[in-house]
Amino acid sequence: MVLGKGASSSLSRKMVDGAEDMVSNCNDFTVLVVDDDPVIRKLHDMHLKKFGLSAQVVENGKTAVDLCHFGATFNLILMDKEMPIMDGVEATKELRAMGVNSLIVGVTSRDSQYETQAFMEAGLDFCFEKPLTADKISFILQELNKKN
Amino acid sequence: MDVVKLQKQLVDYRASLYHEAFLDEQFTQLQELQDENNPDFVVEVVSLFFEDSERLLNELAKALEQQSIDFKRVDAHVHQLKGSSSSIGAQRVQKVCITFRNYCEEQNVEGCLKCLQQVKHEYSLVKTKLETMFKILAAGGSIPM
Repeated sequence: MVLGKGASSSLSRKMVDGAEDMVSNCNDFTVLVVDDDPVIRKLHDMHLKKFGLSAQVVENGKTAVDLCHFGATFNLILMDKEMPIMDGVEATKELRAMGVNSLIVGVTSRDSQYETQAFMEAGLDFCFEKPLTADKISFILQELNKKN
Repeated sequence: MDVVKLQKQLVDYRASLYHEAFLDEQFTQLQELQDENNPDFVVEVVSLFFEDSERLLNELAKALEQQSIDFKRVDAHVHQLKGSSSSIGAQRVQKVCITFRNYCEEQNVEGCLKCLQQVKHEYSLVKTKLETMFKILAAGGSIPM
């Protein structure tokens, strides 16, 4: 399984449910947004667009895990915590267990510190309150640059 | 149509929404994301919020009508509503959601029903305000934010 970072080929891969995954030449990083809230998905997608990134968006942790299981790789995963079917904590644990090396950033609402800690312990690199803002994204991209 | 008058009307109306805490700086962030490549972004996100909220409010009403209320389910819906309202800056809606979640935790039916009424009320207020603002915008054409 390829766990390459910053893969820059313009191959088009067909995913299980027909969604095409394009790893583009022009973008530096590939991003996956995992969130059950359509408003948040659109907002985060737009924030990333502003930085010249285009994201794949999925609705829950299980879809994210499946995508990676079938070979998709991402430099950055923005992971919501509370989602149906499979939540962020569970999904993060599974991804790390699969050997996924992406920068995984958790996105939570203003809940308890304990919950954030459990989320971090599942394997997050960072955890932020939602919604993300331009500053937070800028910070994340800096970290991505360092990592790659 | 006097564009200058409309511009002023828009600016004043928008300021009042912030002043009365219908909107907060998160809405400003939304506006800053809009540009020539995405000229309808704010309207799109807000419309999505309206659709999503209406769905959630229906689900909430249904869930609270049940003989045996599934508070976890109610809480999950409120959580979503809280998240999306906070992401567009609908402060008042978000605040009610916080109280709502507390009642869910306590499994307090009356509290939940009261909050449902309140959240419906705040939602319809902010919806009207935003729709009015969009109308002013539409009347004046593309006024730079």
